[in-house]
Amino acid sequence: MARGQAVRVDLKTKLLTIFVVCTNVLGNFSMSWGMKHQAVDLGLSPIAYIRLIFTPWVLLGTTLLILWLLSRMTLLGWADLSYVLPMTSIGYVASAVLGKVFFGEVVTWQRWLGTLLIVAGIIFVGLTSANTTTLDTSSKQVPAR
Amino acid sequence: MKWIMVAIIVGSTVLADVLQSFEMKRHTVAVEDLRPGRVAGMLASLARRVPLVVAVFFMAISFFAFMKLLSVADLSFAVPVTAASVALETVLARVILKEKVTAWRWAGALSVACGVALLAM
Repeated sequence: MARGQAVRVDLKTKLLTIFVVCTNVLGNFSMSWGMKHQAVDLGLSPIAYIRLIFTPWVLLGTTLLILWLLSRMTLLGWADLSYVLPMTSIGYVASAVLGKVFFGEVVTWQRWLGTLLIVAGIIFVGLTSANTTTLDTSSKQVPAR
Repeated sequence: MKWIMVAIIVGSTVLADVLQSFEMKRHTVAVEDLRPGRVAGMLASLARRVPLVVAVFFMAISFFAFMKLLSVADLSFAVPVTAASVALETVLARVILKEKVTAWRWAGALSVACGVALLAM
């Protein structure tokens, strides 16, 4: 792979990683906001779940999580699973921060230490190549119809 | 109930991720296919691939279990605790997907897993 192409692949992978993290964090936040403001008792009945999906915040969250699913699926074609998992873990940190700011959840020193460890893990993985199995991503693409 | 939901989420997420990674590596999506005019065709093409359909089924199980978990637990607990799958999936990435997991990557996955455990406390 030419160096210029490698840099381009790396840049698109990083941009898509950021998009994946944003849709995941905002999707989870919207879902949580919707769940907290509905006060619905979810049993095992699918009707209750389906009804809840069509409430505004849960619907927004669901839409964002569908976008997250599709973008992450694409990302998994461009980068290793063992790269994607830690790199997108910054979402866990963001969720903890949003939980504290918007829901007044208690963030203890253990949670902050956990946050630091996650950030350290992301830095470690960021030092490695994104894709160790299929370096030429242009050779086996899905044909557009 | 809380930990049953966590187990369901982690189990179905692991299966879904390994299947997705395996199948998406076989046929990657090009940047050009993400343009508005070509997204529908790309999605239709993805929907015909059985491993991806099975993966989405597991993701759906994970999604509804996550909804249930959010109704009984804090966001700052629910999201981090489901990352317990990181260490397990890294092992499967090495064994099944034959990814080259370097020392840095093992260290990163271990660090993330420890961090997640602390967040879940």
